[in-house]
Amino acid sequence: MTREAATVLEIRNVSKSFEAVQAVRDVSLSIRENEFFALLGPSGCGKTTLLRMLAGFEKPSRGEILLDGKDISPIPPNRRPLNLMFQSYALFSHMTVRGNISYGLEMENLPKGEIQARVNDILETTRLTEAANRRPAQLSGGQRQRVALARALIKRPRVLLLDEPLAALDKKLRESMQLELKRLQNEVGVTFVVVTHDQEEALVMADRMAVLKDGVLMQVGSPHQVYEHPNNKFVAQFIGVMNFFDGETVDGGVKVKDEVLLGAVPPELGRGQAAAIAVRPERLEIANGAMPADHNRLSGQVVEIAYHGLDVTLSVRTPISEQAILVRVSANASDRFKFAAGQNLDIVWSATHSRIMAS
Amino acid sequence: MQTSRLQTAVLIGPGLGWLALLMVVPCGLVFVLSFFERGVYGGIDYVFNFGNFARAIDPLYLNIFFKSARIAGLAALIALLIAYPAAYAISRAPRRHQTPLLFLAILPFWSNYLIRTYAWIVLLNREGFLNQGFELLGYQGEPINMLYNDGAVVLGLVYNYVPFVILAIYSSITRLDPEIWEASQDLGATRFRTFYRVILPQTVPGIAAGLVFVFVLSIGNFITPDLLGGGRVQMVGNLIYDQFLTARDWPFGAALSFVLIGIMMVLLFLQAVLANRAQGGGRG
Ligand SMILES: Nc1ncnc2c1ncn2[C@@H]1O[C@H](COP(=O)(O)OP(=O)(O)OP(=O)(O)O)[C@@H](O)[C@H]1O
Ligand SMILES: [Mg+2]
Repeated sequence: MTREAATVLEIRNVSKSFEAVQAVRDVSLSIRENEFFALLGPSGCGKTTLLRMLAGFEKPSRGEILLDGKDISPIPPNRRPLNLMFQSYALFSHMTVRGNISYGLEMENLPKGEIQARVNDILETTRLTEAANRRPAQLSGGQRQRVALARALIKRPRVLLLDEPLAALDKKLRESMQLELKRLQNEVGVTFVVVTHDQEEALVMADRMAVLKDGVLMQVGSPHQVYEHPNNKFVAQFIGVMNFFDGETVDGGVKVKDEVLLGAVPPELGRGQAAAIAVRPERLEIANGAMPADHNRLSGQVVEIAYHGLDVTLSVRTPISEQAILVRVSANASDRFKFAAGQNLDIVWSATHSRIMAS
Repeated sequence: MQTSRLQTAVLIGPGLGWLALLMVVPCGLVFVLSFFERGVYGGIDYVFNFGNFARAIDPLYLNIFFKSARIAGLAALIALLIAYPAAYAISRAPRRHQTPLLFLAILPFWSNYLIRTYAWIVLLNREGFLNQGFELLGYQGEPINMLYNDGAVVLGLVYNYVPFVILAIYSSITRLDPEIWEASQDLGATRFRTFYRVILPQTVPGIAAGLVFVFVLSIGNFITPDLLGGGRVQMVGNLIYDQFLTARDWPFGAALSFVLIGIMMVLLFLQAVLANRAQGGGRG
C-alpha cells in the first residue's frame, strides 16, 4: 500500500478547544482514497473530537477540513457525504434492524424498490439477514455492532468514520471482527477512518496510522514505519514494547555511561545531545560465541522469566540501565539455553536495529 | 448478593400494607356496597341486586360519563400540546438551566389547589381582570362571559395538570441516548425528521403517561367543574359527590365510582402496554 492515491480528506492545522481543555492541537493529516486509516492514541487524547469535527458535530476552533479539495465547514452534518459510526452505536431502539438500516436511504427519499434492494444487499454482506426483523434490544453485542456498521455503510459515504468500532466486543470476537472489517472495507471500496486506543488493532487493520497524544499528532505512517521507525519516545513506547538506554549522542551511536552503543544517529540530532537509544525485545539475542563487528554487546543478569507459550520474555539487569532490559526469545532458544533466574549472560543486537531519538 | 425473600418482604411490606389498607379495602367496600339498595330513609338495604349498575348505564347517566370523558380527553390533549414543546425546550436547554426551569414549571404547586382555582374565577368573571383589561384596551360591548362553561372547566384542568405532563415528558426525553439525535442527523435527517421519526416515537411512554395522568385525574375531578363550571357543567365526579352527600344514595354512588375505577384501570393497563412496547420489548 505504498502506491500514492488521491487525497480524499485533508485536515489542515486543525485545533479544537473546549473552554479550558485543548482537545486537538494543530493537527494536519491527509487521508487517501480507499485506505484504511487508523487514529491511535491513549484515552482522552482527542480522537473522538477529531472524528466529530470531520462528521460536522464540532466546529474546529482553528484550521480547515477539505473534502475532495473543498472546505466542508459550511456543510451541516446531515448533508456531509461522510458517515460516523458512533462509539455507543446509537441505534434506534424502536426500529427493527431493517428499519435502522433503511433509515439513511429513506432520508435521501430514494424509491422504495431501490431502498429494499440495497438493504437486502447490505444485510447479506454484514450477515444480518436472519436478524432483520429484530429490535436492537434482542441482538448480541456483535450483531449490534454490525447493524451500526451497515446503517452507516449503506449510505455509500466518501469516508466512513468509525469511533472505536470494536471496543465493546470481547477479545475473541474483536480479533475476528478486525479481519471482517478489513474484508468489508475491501469489498465496498470505501475509505475508512477508524479510531482505536488498541495499538495491536491499529497494526493489524490499518494501511496507515496516526498516533496522537494530548491532542498533538506524534507520527503518521504505515504500521511498519511506525513500529520500526518511531519518531519519538512516546510512539516507541505506546506501540509495542521498547527498551531504552539514555545517554548522549556521539559519532555512530549513543554513549551510555562508559559504553558506546552503536546505531544510526538521525541527522536532526547533533553531537553531544541528550538522546535515547532504543531496541525492541524481539531484536535482542543471547550471545553465543563470537559476533560481527557492527553488533552491540551487553552483559547482564537474568532477574525474571515470563513464559508466554509462543515465546519467553527475560528481564535482564545490565550495569548501564536502571530498568531491566526485556529480551524476547523463541521457545526453541529457550529450550536450548535453559534459562534460570540469577544466570549471567550477554545480550547482543545489530546496530541496524538500534533506534536513536531525542529524550 | 441476592436479596432474600425476607428482605424483599421487609422492604415492600410497608408500601404494600399502605396500599392494602387505604386502596384495596376501601375499593372492596365500595364494590360490595354497589350491589345493595338505598333504604327509604337514606340508609342501606342489604338486598343483593344489579339495579345500580343497570341504572348507571341509563342514557341519562351514560351521557354524563361521555361528557366527562370528552372534557377530560380535551384537557389531556391540550395539556400535552402545551407540555411537550415546553419539556422539549427544557431538555435541550444548557444543563445548568434545566433544574431552575423545571422548578418554575412546578412552582404553582406551592399554593393551594382551591386558591389557584378561585384565582381563575377572579380572572375570568364578568367583572374580572380579563374583562377589565379588554375595557382598558378599548373594548366597548357587553363583558364577555368566560366563566361557568365547559371551556372554563377544561382551562382549569389543563392549568392544574400541565406541570405533571411536563415532568413526565421531560424525563422520557432525557432518558434517550443523547447520541441518537446526532446519529439521525448523520444519516441525513433534518431536525424536523429527526424529531418526527426518532424522538417522538421514543417518547411515546412519556406521552401516554402524561395523557392518562391528566385524563384520570380530570374525569374524577369534582372541584374544578363545581367552581369553574358553576352548576351547569356536571361531570361524573360531581354526580358521585351528589349521590354520597346530597341524594344520600350510597349504593348508587358506589356503583358509579366503580364504573369510573374500571375505566381508569383499563387506561392504566393500556399505558403500561404501550410503554413496554416502546421500550423495544416484544417482537416486530
Ligand atoms: N464537549 C466537551 N466539552 C468539554 N470537554 C470535552 C468535550 N468533549 C471532549 N472534551 C475533552 O477533550 C479531550 C479529548 O476528548 P475525546 O473524547 O476526543 O478523547 P478520546 O481520545 O476519544 O478518548 P477515549 O479513548 O476515552 O474515547 C478530553 O480531555 C475531554 O475531556
Ligand atoms: Mg472517544
